[in-house]
Amino acid sequence: MAKQFMKGNDAIIVGALAAGCRAYYGYPITPASEIAHAAALHFPALGGVFIQAESEVSAINMVYGTAGMGIRTMTASSSPGFSLKQEGLSYAAGAELPCVVVNIVRGGPGLGNIAPEQGDYFQITKGGGHGNYRLIALAPNGAQEMCDLTRKAFDLADKYRNPACIMADGITGQMMEVVDIPVPEPIPFDHSSWAADGTAATRKNLVSSIVLEPEELEEHNLKLDAKYREIVENEVLYEEYRTDDADLVVVAYGVVSRIVYSTVDQARAEGLKVGLLRPITLWPYPEKALSALAERVPAFLAVELSTGQMVEDLRLAVNGKAPVHFYGRCGGMVPGGEELLTEYRKILEGGRS
Amino acid sequence: MKVFEKSPSFYEVFERKSGPAKEATHYCPGCGHGNIHKMIAEAMDDLEITERSVFVSPVGCSVFGYYYFDCGNFQAAHGRAPAVATAVKRSNPDAIVISYQGDGDLAAIGTAETIHAANRGENITVFFVNNAIYGMTGGQMAPTTMIGQRSTTTPLGRAEQIHGNPIRMAEMLATLPAPTYIERVAVGTSKQIMKTRKAIRKALKIQKEGKGYSFVEIVSTCPTGWKMDPVAARDWLVDDMLKVFPLGVFKDESDNVDEGTWDRSFEGFVPDKVNTYLDRMKSPFDVTEELDLVKDLNCKFAGFGGQGILTLGLFLSQIGMRAGHQVSWFPAYGPEMRGGTANCSVNISRDRIGSPLVDRPNMLVVMNQPSLDAFEKDVVDGGTIIVDSTIVEGKADAKRLNVVALPASDMADEVGTTKVANVVILGAVVAATDAYEPEFVESTLRAVIKKQSLIDMNMEAFRKGYDFVKNGN
Ligand SMILES: Cc1ncc(C[n+]2csc(CCOP(=O)(O)OP(=O)(O)O)c2C)c(N)n1
Ligand code: SF4
Repeated sequence: MAKQFMKGNDAIIVGALAAGCRAYYGYPITPASEIAHAAALHFPALGGVFIQAESEVSAINMVYGTAGMGIRTMTASSSPGFSLKQEGLSYAAGAELPCVVVNIVRGGPGLGNIAPEQGDYFQITKGGGHGNYRLIALAPNGAQEMCDLTRKAFDLADKYRNPACIMADGITGQMMEVVDIPVPEPIPFDHSSWAADGTAATRKNLVSSIVLEPEELEEHNLKLDAKYREIVENEVLYEEYRTDDADLVVVAYGVVSRIVYSTVDQARAEGLKVGLLRPITLWPYPEKALSALAERVPAFLAVELSTGQMVEDLRLAVNGKAPVHFYGRCGGMVPGGEELLTEYRKILEGGRS
Repeated sequence: MKVFEKSPSFYEVFERKSGPAKEATHYCPGCGHGNIHKMIAEAMDDLEITERSVFVSPVGCSVFGYYYFDCGNFQAAHGRAPAVATAVKRSNPDAIVISYQGDGDLAAIGTAETIHAANRGENITVFFVNNAIYGMTGGQMAPTTMIGQRSTTTPLGRAEQIHGNPIRMAEMLATLPAPTYIERVAVGTSKQIMKTRKAIRKALKIQKEGKGYSFVEIVSTCPTGWKMDPVAARDWLVDDMLKVFPLGVFKDESDNVDEGTWDRSFEGFVPDKVNTYLDRMKSPFDVTEELDLVKDLNCKFAGFGGQGILTLGLFLSQIGMRAGHQVSWFPAYGPEMRGGTANCSVNISRDRIGSPLVDRPNMLVVMNQPSLDAFEKDVVDGGTIIVDSTIVEGKADAKRLNVVALPASDMADEVGTTKVANVVILGAVVAATDAYEPEFVESTLRAVIKKQSLIDMNMEAFRKGYDFVKNGN
């Protein structure tokens, strides 16, 4: 298999091209700009579209345009820009348009800084825009997954006709790892029944999120909700490491899961039975798996680059069956291994006494 | 209002419309929108473009444009129709794309989209219905509202010093180089309507011929928002509005632009083509069967920007990759890079790599004094520290660490350029760790270094560093 050593941000574009994405619309922002740089190089070279939009608002609405034609399209940004996309995402979800939006999350709130953070978890998983909708949210933790999960995001977006989001951080975006370059395959979805692409075949189609009558809008919402339930049922992804006999299950995603992974064996060498559960899909959240673990695991710890966002979903999943602890750094501070080990000791040794 | 003489581009019965009256439009009596729709539909018929037309309805009273036009339809967010239209046109250059917008939509919330679509010379047509008011939301001030005009948000009339002046979009857009055709017309008198019909047709023809961006501002009536009856509204349009919004052509390059000038190309997804393209991105060497590795490398390389610290990390990473090992490289980025310092973390292992950040290195390279001061304490006991002694004056703790001090910059100068000091250091790293055979490193560097003329110098630099550690010279 062809391999290349590449940045996570570049791997996103490789995954997108392999998925058949044909149009990229974006606006520069650190630390997501490399994605736009790669898109500017590769999309036109392959006969596709790259536009540097006048704002993130325009970019997401351009995505709405191409997505409404049944053509794979994407945009990428970082936190402040992602905030600007919320209205457009709500429209895309309402109009049931498949598209992929990448958020390389940086420190907030406000202009914050450009360092890695995970403070956009709520915005991504709880619907930062208006109305009853959900984003499918995937959280890669390395360059290979930046590629593979982007590709998967396109498939999920098409399968459910809903926007899908890649949530990553500056570290995962900037770091380089070996990536297996994927082999593109034809797209197995037919959009001719709803997409309006300016051809005679789709002349009767309408792309819209307006539903004037309350009865009809309720019906539309219930239809979306049924779809979201299906996603929850079928699309949860997560990874476990040494949770089998764990006294403490640490839950972390993205780059934090890598740091935690490094500490699990170290903790075990000290006799601390620590395991890791890493959500790969943030929405749908691995609620069932965590709920099952909570039947026998005496304690949980959420580690995040935030002041405590994902931990709320963890608490809902554990539902009072075990204590749920939280450890977070933010503003661009990243916990070191030693820092986490101290935390494990506190919980486990405190728990035993 | 009833629309008579329905054109084939107009639905006979407006099935998408809610409520019982499916043959009348949803517009108020005396509203300009219905008439303008009809003229657009007729132009679509005449130009035989209906089947490939896409009509983008805005937010505003014309949000329901899709009730009427028998072509592909999009409903866009408030102000964003030009962005949507841009994307549709770029993704199918054969489509005829119409962005139909009110004054709030186009000249207030969507000003940026309006200007930039025009400035890019998108080959789309924008119909701008200027009725000097926000119709749909209940008669609030629009950017085009006249001085003195009362609205629900200017109850005492629009005042220049409080609300600014009515904005003239046609004139403003005409200052841009890209647009091909910009005209302001009106629907007050039958003569004006005839001109409007012509302008609409012309604008769409320009698009059909690939001649670029066309914009028709149509001064129109909103009897409801203006709180007037339809006749008074028409009079006010003619007598008052046109004083501020003079009719005329503000730009017309249609005779000077060749057909197809603004056509853009778009290719659909061809998996084989993408495959060939992606395959060209692959690394310039094949990955070997996984080699042995004495021990995991957790490296931190630090120095000044420009010393090739990041490249040193990249070279070592690619050597690890070629050896079939797991590798991660992470640069300090952003403000950390300010003040001229640079550093990167490299992990190489036969096992899965956890954190890409190296906070406890077993191999530290320092090419300046601040890096020695900052990172020495982080190195694990018994770890190796490699110091460019040409630059760094301080001494590392040789009791706790395996210290290699070599004058890498001087050695590089001997090779011919200080720039290869990082490769001298690479030689030292490889020798000090016994991670890879020197020949394996050399053949990897040969594949990786793009400039042929630099290869010899790099080989020599690598050997110097390697031999220095192995043989002490
Ligand atoms: C983001 C957003 N802000 C505000 C609105 C409410 N809104 C709907 S239509 C409209 C004004 C439309 O006025 P105009 O563009 O002049 O069109 P008209 O109704 O006069 O045809 C506004 C403010 C909205 N739908 N979305
Ligand atoms: S409110 Fe004004 S613009 Fe809207 S339909 Fe009525 S007359 Fe037309």
